[in-house]
Parts: sequence; C-alpha cells; structure tokens
Amino acid sequence: METVIHTDRLTKRFGSFIAANELTFDVAKGEIFGFLGANGAGKTTAMRMLCGLLAPSSGKATIAGFDVYTQTERIKNSIGYMSQKFSLYDDLTVAENIRFYAGIYGMSGPAIRAKTTQLLEELQLQKEAKTLVRELPLGWKQKLSFSVSIVHEPEIVFLDEPTGGVDPVTRRQFWDLIYAASDKGVTVFVTTHYMDEAEYCNRVSIMVDGVIAALDSPVRLKGQFGSGSMEDVFYELARKAKRKGD
Amino acid sequence: MITLDNITKTYNKGTVLAVKDISFEVKPGELFGLIGPDGAGKTTLFRILTTLLLADKGRAMVNGFDVVKDYTKIRNSVGYMPGRFSLYQDLTIEENLHFFATVFGTTIKENYALIKDIYQQIEPFKDRRAGKLSGGMKQKLALCCALIHKPAVLFLDEPTTGVDVVSRKEFWEMLARLKAEGITILVSTPYMDEAKLCDRIALIQKGTILSVDNPADIVQSFPGDLYAVQAANTHLLLREARAYEGTETCFAFGDALHVTFRSGVADGLLAHLKTRGLDDATMEKITPGIEDCFIHLLKN
Amino acid sequence: MRQLITFIRKEFLHVFRDRKTLLMLFGLPIAQIVLFGFALSNEIKNSHIAVVDYSKDAVTTKLISKISGSPYFNIQRSLAGAEELNAAFKKGNIKMAVIFPAGFGDDLIHTGKATMQVIADASDPNQATTITNYLTNIVNDFNSDLAQDASQPMQIEPEVQMMYNPELRGAPNFVPGVMALVLMLVCTMMTSVAIVREKELGTMEILLVSPFKPIYIIISKLAPNLLISVVNLIIILVLSDIFLDLPVKGSLLLLVTGTVLFIMTSLSIGLLLSISAKTQQAAMMGSLMGMMLPTMLLTGFLFPIENMPVALQVLSNLVPSRWYFIIIKRVMLKGLGFESVWREMLILTGMCVLLFTISLRQFKIRLQ
Repeated sequence: METVIHTDRLTKRFGSFIAANELTFDVAKGEIFGFLGANGAGKTTAMRMLCGLLAPSSGKATIAGFDVYTQTERIKNSIGYMSQKFSLYDDLTVAENIRFYAGIYGMSGPAIRAKTTQLLEELQLQKEAKTLVRELPLGWKQKLSFSVSIVHEPEIVFLDEPTGGVDPVTRRQFWDLIYAASDKGVTVFVTTHYMDEAEYCNRVSIMVDGVIAALDSPVRLKGQFGSGSMEDVFYELARKAKRKGD
Repeated sequence: MITLDNITKTYNKGTVLAVKDISFEVKPGELFGLIGPDGAGKTTLFRILTTLLLADKGRAMVNGFDVVKDYTKIRNSVGYMPGRFSLYQDLTIEENLHFFATVFGTTIKENYALIKDIYQQIEPFKDRRAGKLSGGMKQKLALCCALIHKPAVLFLDEPTTGVDVVSRKEFWEMLARLKAEGITILVSTPYMDEAKLCDRIALIQKGTILSVDNPADIVQSFPGDLYAVQAANTHLLLREARAYEGTETCFAFGDALHVTFRSGVADGLLAHLKTRGLDDATMEKITPGIEDCFIHLLKN
Repeated sequence: MRQLITFIRKEFLHVFRDRKTLLMLFGLPIAQIVLFGFALSNEIKNSHIAVVDYSKDAVTTKLISKISGSPYFNIQRSLAGAEELNAAFKKGNIKMAVIFPAGFGDDLIHTGKATMQVIADASDPNQATTITNYLTNIVNDFNSDLAQDASQPMQIEPEVQMMYNPELRGAPNFVPGVMALVLMLVCTMMTSVAIVREKELGTMEILLVSPFKPIYIIISKLAPNLLISVVNLIIILVLSDIFLDLPVKGSLLLLVTGTVLFIMTSLSIGLLLSISAKTQQAAMMGSLMGMMLPTMLLTGFLFPIENMPVALQVLSNLVPSRWYFIIIKRVMLKGLGFESVWREMLILTGMCVLLFTISLRQFKIRLQ
C-alpha cells in the first residue's frame, strides 16, 4: 500500500521540554487516521510539524513524498487543513469562500467555477450560494469548511477537532463526508475528543506525554486492553500521563 | 430551586430567536444537565438565570428570588462558571482564587473544606499564572473560584468542552462530590454521553426543549426497538444498511450501527447483508442511549 | 472595603505584569517631549494686539492705520498707558503690544530716527516670532514709503521685547501640550481598555454575577490610571525643570489640583468609551480617533485656536484639554494664581461631573 505520511523518530524540543518524542508511524493512502491524545500530550506540536508549520528538532518525516525540513511549500500544496476555530470568512458568501480558497491554491478561473458548482451541489447548498456564511447553521458551516479544505484536491487532509459542539445528526453527516473523501483516495488525519469517532477510524494513535503510547485499529486496541470501548482504552492510557501542561 | 416559566429571548431586535417558551424546574440538591449542541440556547439560559440578561418574556426564579427584581440577592447566592475560560491569565492560581474570594466577600479559609479536594490537585502550581495552565487545570481553578463563596446554586456552562476524556471524568467525579454537599448544580454540555451522570436532563436544540426527564425515563420513551449491527467493514455496512428498504434510521455509533426498522422490529436485514458480502454481520437488540434519543427527537 | 482594596491590588498587578504597556506609558511623555521639542512653525492671522500711543501725532496715526490694515493684526484696543498692558497680557487678551513713546513724530522729523517698542507674549514662541516678523515687515514697508516722500533719510526702528519667555524657547508651549496629551491618552485609553478587557475575557460576567458593586469596579479600574498619571505628571515636571529649564512658576498645589481635575475628566471619558466598545481594539481606536486627535488639534498647542474657522473654535470649547492647556500655561509658565484660572477650573469640574454621572448611569449591571 502506498504510504503518504512517513515519520521516523520525529522529535520536537522546546528548550529542555520534549513536546513530541521520537514519533514513528506510517499512514497509508486513503486511510482515516485518528490522532488522539490528552490535553498537552503533544498533538498540536506533532500536527504542526506534519503540516510544515514547525521545523522538527530531529528525526525524519515525509508528507506526500515531500520532506518536512526542506520542502514545506510543496507540502502545503498537497495538504488541506481544517479546524473548529479556523474555517471560513463570516462576512463572505458561501460561493465567495469557495472561490477564495480555490483561488489561493492557484486554480484557474473555469476550474474554480466548475468546482464551485460541484461543491454546492454535493452539499446541497445551491440556494445558499449567495448567503453570508455567518448566517448558516453551525453544522452546515463545518461541512462547508471541510469541503473547502479539500477544494484543491489534496492528498492529505488534516482535521483538528472538526466536529466540536455539533449536534449528533450533523456530526454523523460530517463523517459521511470524511468517508466519501477517503473513498476518493484522500488520506484523512483527524483529532477528536469524541471517543465514538475514534471507532470510525481505520487506525488510531494515542499520544501520552509526547510519545505514541498505542497505535492500531480500534478493534485490536480494544482487544489489547481488554476493554469494551475506545473511551476505556484512552482512559487507561491517558490517566497515567504525568504531563499536565498545554 | 430553579424554575423557568415560558422563557423567551431574542437578539437583534427580535430577529434572532435564541430560546423559545422554555419551562423546566430544577429541584434542590439536584444535578441537572442541559444537553444540546452549540447554538441550542444553553448559554442564553444560563445568562438569564444568572441575571446577566433580561428575557423578553416569561419568568424565572433562582433560590426563591426573581431573576429580574431580586437580582442582587441572586448574585449573592450563586456560583457561575461561564463557557469561556474566565480567569485572569496574568494572575497566578493563588491570586485568582484570593481575588474571587474577596469579590464574593469571603476568604479562602472560610470555605476551604468545600474546595479542598479540587484545590489540592492544583496547589503545587499555585504560583503559576493561569494563562500557563493546561485545560484541565484551568477548569479546576475556575471551579474553585466559582465555589469559593459556598453558593447554594452552581451554574456551569459547558465546563467540559474541549477537555480530554480523563479530565472530563475527573470533573464529573468532582460534581458528584459537590452534589453530596447539597449544592444544586445546573450544568450544560454538548457531550451526550455525560447525560447519564445527571439526575435529570433537558435536551435542547434550536432554542426549544425536546424533553425533560431523568435519563432512564428518556431512554424508556424511545419508541420501537433499536438494534446494533456490526461487521468488520463498517463503511460498506453503513452503505448497505442504509440502502436496505426496511431501514428507518441508521447511524454509526462507534464500531456499530444503530438501526431502527419501519416495522418496529428486526426483520431480514441480516440476511440481506449476507447477500451483499457482509458474511460476518451480527445484529443484537440494545437499550438506546441518550444520543439515540436525541437523534430520534431531532427527527420529529 | 476589603473587597475594593483587593480589586485595586489586582488592577495594579495587571498593570505591572504588562511590561510592554508599562514601558510605553512612561516612555511616552519622554519621547513626546523630545519630539515636540522641534519647533513647529505656523502662520498667524488676526492676532490681537494693543497699541499705546504717547505721541499721538501724524506719523503714529498713519503707522497705526497701516498696521490695522494688515490682515495679520487686529488692534484689540488702544490703551491709555503701559500700566494696563501687563493686565491685558496676563489675561491673554493680546499677543503683542506696540508702544510709541512721547514725541515719536518729532524725533523722526528732527533726527531722522525714532524708536518704537514692540512687546510680544512669547509663551508661544512660534507665534511670537512670527507676529514680530510681520510687524517689522510692515514697519520696514512704512520706512521705504517715508524715504520716497521725504528729502532727508528717516528711519523708524522697532525695538522688540519678548515677554514671559525672552529666549523664545519652544518648550514653554509644548510642555503643557505634552502634559495634556499624555494624561489624556493614559487616562482615556487605559481605562477603556482595562474595562473592555474584562468583557472580552469573560470575567466581567463573573464580576457582574458577584455581589461586587459596579461602582467598585469603576473605582478600581480608575485607581491605577490615576496613579500612573500622577507619576507621569511628576516625570514631565521634573524633566522640564531639569532639561528644559522650565520650572513651575506658580503654585504647585494649584497646578496639581487642575491636573487632577483634568485626569478625572479623561478617566470619565474612558469609562464612557468602555461602555459602548465591545473589543479592546474598538476601545483603543475610539480613544485615539475620538480623543487624541482633538487633543492635538483643538487644544491650541500645535495650532492657535484663534486662527481656526469659527466652527472649529466653537468645537474646541468642548475639548477638555483646551481648558487644561490654559490652566497649565498660566500657572506653570506665567506664575498666575487661582483668580486667573478659576473659570477654566470650573469648566473642567463641570465636564468631569457631567461625564462621570453619565458613565455611572450607563454602566450596565447586565450584559448587552
């Protein structure tokens, strides 16, 4: 299977503090990879290194075949990113947001128009194309935000707590979008605080105190820890954490 | 202890409806959960009850006082932890606590017994500034500050949002201890799984209450039977189960699908799945959870 | 009371832990004094001047009418004697006085030479230099007219004297300006930002829900800024005494009283701003655009108010710093007493009471 994320003893130190310690893992193309960890375990630091936003202190990593030290610009063109906090411009319309994000990834005029039509159709937002984003319900915003993050058809999309605060039905509709993207071969790298969502991932890694404490499919993890749910697995691992700082 | 009677609140001169005709009651000593997604109107209700906002319509009482007329009396007797982290980032743990104690006209010593269990967990860092604390520690400090004057009623607006599972568990254990002290607690959360930890809950969505009851009775009221269907290929399973004509609703719940059928009882889904290459599919009848009930109520 | 002290203590902690802002607050007056030290030139029209004519002959009448014909001057009055001059200067009614000694015309005709006295109020040195130059030009003009008419050479010599600030230093003018500006900035901006910060942080919700009285919140927010302002006042006074050789001539007590009045007025404005501002940026922009610009432009220390269009002159009456500027100039530079500034003090007191009352009433006990 083709590997799109590869890390080898990837480490980030801030002074004497080791935020992420020797992370080694591979993520395959089209995989939905759950990236879990307690607050302060080093998730954000690791994510930033993988997105090319933060230079690692040591170790190796390639994202979509590009090196995180030297090819950060190439990486940025092959990934998409969405978080609960950063998403869309509230004072632009739905169509304007799509056009803007397609534009900054250098898509051509006709391609942008085609993509806009296609996205609006997929999200059934045709009627809302000219609605300001701030007037959309939260759930729709998040779905739109996800679609916009993959508008340039990246190989990998990083989702940072994408479903926080959303109602249960919308949350599941959101996962339908994730599955659809994964079917098209987009690799999904996702963090979440909802442990049931961890079950939807192909594989899950759990970070504790800067290291990857567990990495496997949800079924195997549950077997390994002899517990009934991912929540129990997570609790088992994370409660041993010594580090409490963010 | 808390009563709401047809509370309605709009914003922007009536154009944005926040909550509509909300009525429920919280009994003394109860741990009451207000459960719903973002934008459901939870924070608006909290602000009305803590006298920070005036409702357009309706009446509300807290601890026997009217939220409009007797607002000063309410302000003396309640503790409030707003949704956003609301401590002074540039003051240390100890300074924050001391400050809030004094603002509420008391001292740390006077009510130390109440916060001791919680405070001891963060005491080793008491000289650290609040801005430098982790999410879980901030949350504990905020709770200490809300409790320091030994309030009769405690309002906690989304205290566990964005906090990891371990801290959430610890937090709910703290709430159980406070409840044992006789404090009435109104807590809001978007996490449905926390509902079972409350005495009673109100499910809220888009400004209206879907249901108010104890968790067991809400689960009881779930109509028809619910089945958990599992197979190794979850994604294929989801597609096939949804496409099946007898399926009424079908949602992914962790590693299983929760399915209801138009006929109300289990029918030939399993056989159908086997013809579609899902030979390992299993199905069993299960007790619904609060999230199942919430989804069901949303659908109506 | 213990609550109030704790709250005030907390406010001081905020201030002292924010090193950057603190540095700005105290660096500002020093930087301003240096910056405004560079003299600014500006054109002057319609300066009020007084004329004392002891000679009352054909020449003086002719010269006086030439002066009054100039667009630069507006002869406020012709005084009977030099005794009244001092009073007129002190009141600020006139910027310059022209004195023709007895027998001026006779001297000119018989000796071909006469000296006139020109006294200018140099507490605004730029203005004083400009208007004396204008006058000298007019006199020179008059001289060449004379030379054409007469057979023998005749020469009038203006003898220029600068009052209050004989060395024409720029400092006397900009020090009061900097004081007004710095105090306004610290009080208005810091107060509004401090309150809005609590709103943004969400702590305002907790404070409102507590039994803590809103008036206490206001007092505690004002206290550190009052102290910072007083320290700033001391810095400016010491700086100007040592480096600019500009001591306080009048009563220090009077100066401090006037300053505290001005500070209180500015604090009230900050309070008022914080009530409507939702974000710290909005509060800061409001203070800058709403207060700093009028303070700089309509106070009279950069541009003389009497040169402005009437609408702006009327508007300038609403700017507190305008009145404060007059108080400092008179007390600090001219050494005048209470009797010469009571009117300005009264205006400031009125503004302060009015603004504070409005902001107290507007201060919300609830959100929104």
